[in-house]
Amino acid sequence: MNENPADLAPELCVLIAAVLGLVNGLFLPRTRQWRVAVICAAGLVAGLAVAGVAATRPDLMAFDAFEIDPVTHVTRIVVFGSTLLVVILAAGQVRDHPRESEHYTLILLSALGTVALGATSDLLVLVAAYLLASIPAYALAGFGKDAPGTEAALKYYLMGALLGVVMLGGVTLLFGVGRGTAYPMLREGFADASPAVVAVGVVALLAGPLFKAGAVPGHFWVPDVTEGAPPAVAAFVTTVPKIGAFAALYRFGAETSPGGWAVLVAVIAAVTMTLGNLAAFGQDNVRRLLAYSTVSQAGYLLVPVAMAGRTDLAEPAVLYYLAAYAVTNVGAFAVVLAAGRDDLAGYTGLLRRSPLLGLSLVVCLLGLVGTPPTAVFVGKVLMFGAALDGGHAWLAVVAAVNTVASVFYYLRWIIPLFGRRTGRPAPRPARGASTVAVVAAVLSVLLGVGSGIALTAS
Amino acid sequence: MLTLVIFLPLAVALALPGVPRRAVPWTWLGVSVVELALVAAMWAAHGTGGGTSFETDARWIPSVRAGYHVGVDGLSLPLLALTAVLFATCAVYSLRNTHRVRAFAMLFLFLETVCLGLFAALDLLLFFVFFDLSIVGMYFVILLWGHEDRARSALKFFLYTFLGSLVLLLGFIGLYLGADPHTFDMVELTRTPPFAGSPGLAGLTLLAVGAGLAIKTPVVPFHTWLPPAHTDAPAAGSAVLAGVMLKMGTYGLVRIAMPLLPDAWRRYALVMLVVGLVSVLYGAFVALAQDNVKRLVAYTSVNHMGYIVLALGAAGYAAGDTDARRLAVTGAVTQMVSHGLVTGALFLLCGVLHDRAGSYDIGRFGGVARRAPVFAGLVAVAAFASLGLPGLSGFIAEFQIFAGTIGTGTAATAVTGALAVAGILVTAALFLRVLHLVVLGQPGELTPRVTDVRRPELAALVPLLALSLLIGVAPRVLLDTIEPLSAAVVALVGR
Repeated sequence: MNENPADLAPELCVLIAAVLGLVNGLFLPRTRQWRVAVICAAGLVAGLAVAGVAATRPDLMAFDAFEIDPVTHVTRIVVFGSTLLVVILAAGQVRDHPRESEHYTLILLSALGTVALGATSDLLVLVAAYLLASIPAYALAGFGKDAPGTEAALKYYLMGALLGVVMLGGVTLLFGVGRGTAYPMLREGFADASPAVVAVGVVALLAGPLFKAGAVPGHFWVPDVTEGAPPAVAAFVTTVPKIGAFAALYRFGAETSPGGWAVLVAVIAAVTMTLGNLAAFGQDNVRRLLAYSTVSQAGYLLVPVAMAGRTDLAEPAVLYYLAAYAVTNVGAFAVVLAAGRDDLAGYTGLLRRSPLLGLSLVVCLLGLVGTPPTAVFVGKVLMFGAALDGGHAWLAVVAAVNTVASVFYYLRWIIPLFGRRTGRPAPRPARGASTVAVVAAVLSVLLGVGSGIALTAS
Repeated sequence: MLTLVIFLPLAVALALPGVPRRAVPWTWLGVSVVELALVAAMWAAHGTGGGTSFETDARWIPSVRAGYHVGVDGLSLPLLALTAVLFATCAVYSLRNTHRVRAFAMLFLFLETVCLGLFAALDLLLFFVFFDLSIVGMYFVILLWGHEDRARSALKFFLYTFLGSLVLLLGFIGLYLGADPHTFDMVELTRTPPFAGSPGLAGLTLLAVGAGLAIKTPVVPFHTWLPPAHTDAPAAGSAVLAGVMLKMGTYGLVRIAMPLLPDAWRRYALVMLVVGLVSVLYGAFVALAQDNVKRLVAYTSVNHMGYIVLALGAAGYAAGDTDARRLAVTGAVTQMVSHGLVTGALFLLCGVLHDRAGSYDIGRFGGVARRAPVFAGLVAVAAFASLGLPGLSGFIAEFQIFAGTIGTGTAATAVTGALAVAGILVTAALFLRVLHLVVLGQPGELTPRVTDVRRPELAALVPLLALSLLIGVAPRVLLDTIEPLSAAVVALVGR
């Protein structure tokens, strides 16, 4: 058995940064707590670098539960990368806040849980990772201690606790059926177990990851948390935990291949994307709009998850779409932070006031639609390809129709940008968030144009 | 060289924010003229032989075997030239434009890159990238510079054609998965057509590709996005939309659907014939009933694109006479060029009318010839070119289409071809009606506001009509370029 801690070096970098940040936060005066942000960012950068090096080594298994393979590499890089962007966003928001250092530490711990979620191939570790990813996020959602934040945190926590318990039930059932919790063991166990019991167990198990992914039926928290939590936290919870959740779902589907997996997940995918899109139509608050948009994106992401093990395109599709989605979604949230407005009307004339910021928003929103040459476009092509190749053409058609429908509400946000603003001038956009928005927009285009390189590397 | 031609407009567009406002229209015009010269040089270098010139094949997404593969041949050269001409014309026409000039020029340069790239693409994914971007670009043109109910028209245009593009994408992925080994490269796919031995899947893929391209073309019953988009778009936008972007649909049929799915194309050739015939007749009759001159021109586009689909359908009848089928394909490609030039001119003329009087209503004009003789003359020439008067490009194209379709010799092609000739009659009637009501007759209520064409407008319109005349009188160069290609396409469909 391989028990070399060096194999977990990227996670250790981030963990050390989180602990150092917390300890430093205890002793630093309130006005100098920004140093904790620097420590955390440095930890993430180090984690990214080590993960990049690790990605060039052959696959291996650490501690019998932590798989180090392309899925883990991509999860690490995308999680750490998008967390880094979120930390920069958050730094502008919680500057000189009484609990500034806790904010960064919580973000890092939740990100760590997310990576573990995506990397593990053991149900027990999956549960532990689920808790590590969730609990700091509950605290973050209520960080503002205001009414909407409290409501968001409570809703988030109750949903998470409920679905977490359901997941535990599923784990217990599957443990009974498979006589073990490691995926290879489960795979053998499923072969000669009663299909009905396996089905019940798998459905119950899905509750947890679907909650983290913000997919139906675990999506109820998404709009409330996105609207009620501080915006940087909203960007975090709608982006980062999803990455780990989809990686975990894909890994479970591909490595245990329970019967009926494709149909079950395909139906969830179709319902999720349709519901997300329909709910987004009438939103006038951009954060709620983005929240429902992330629900529909979760639906598209579930398509290749459903095709796990049925086609070679499924793995690149999941991984590439995750990276593309993370960058684009953080970009859109960064614009919301920079503009400081939540209503659609507040974006009138943004393109004239600050052309770069407006253009970034246009790129990110068209990117979420799947317009070439942005990264999500390539992700969508792979997703459609996986659905067709996996023999689920109907799912590809549903996804295509949903994509067209989604154009409508993204355009509702784009059109005012070109308008002429009347009334009092709006405040200047925040510098840090604007930079993040521009960087994310540029990244999403670069990732799309350079998709060949990115796909070969993974 | 080809890559430079494609991306030069985009590069200039990106540099345009640094150009002083006064110099923007002239920079735009300069680039367009350079583009025109470069495309002409490429045509001269390619000559009239077969095969592909200026080919570049770079790796792009090797894991799905999609590449940056571009090249020009007898099909793409005429369309590249048409694109360069029309965009240069729009640059000239817009010299006096004052509303957000810089953004307008940037968007048009972006669109020029997109259109040139599409007609040069030899990779399905690359083709799709340009196809989709053309929709985004045109959406903003209609939204920001259109008039009347522009937001609604632009949204309808975006949603409808975006749906078409996604259906097309599904078809492309079908082609990719049907090929062995999987690839998006058109040249490889042409060499070994996908779905050998599974006609059902090939039929489904043709349905997806065909429907996606049919929406763009557009043919009846997928044409409903076209009239509002055209009516509310600015004149230059309409000219590019009708002149260049509608060709993307029929170009795709010749470039992708026919050579890549030959079996399915032959099997469903009758569908193409019927769809083409319905578009021809429906487009002509609905145009006859229009009182808005821009809607009228939009519906004649449906009619003219219908001839192309008809001819391509006839080319799928393997039992028919080979020479006639080649003639039909050549006619179809000629019609793409001819329609681009003539409809571009017609839309710019509509733009002149709207600029002066603020209306497109035929009933409110009359006797314009006395107030604006040059304008009236240009309208007359464009109308005659559009209805297919001998001596102008429309005649050359439509004659070949009918000769080829009817000459194929099977019962279906002969009947549909003969019925489609009626379309010409209706088109003639409707253009004579326009000439009668707008140009001649008693002065209408808006006639006093119509002044004659200004210099930039004249400079934009005359080359378009002169080229139409040139093709009508001396079509040899154009036809010689197209013919090797149509022979190749007919051979590919026939295998």
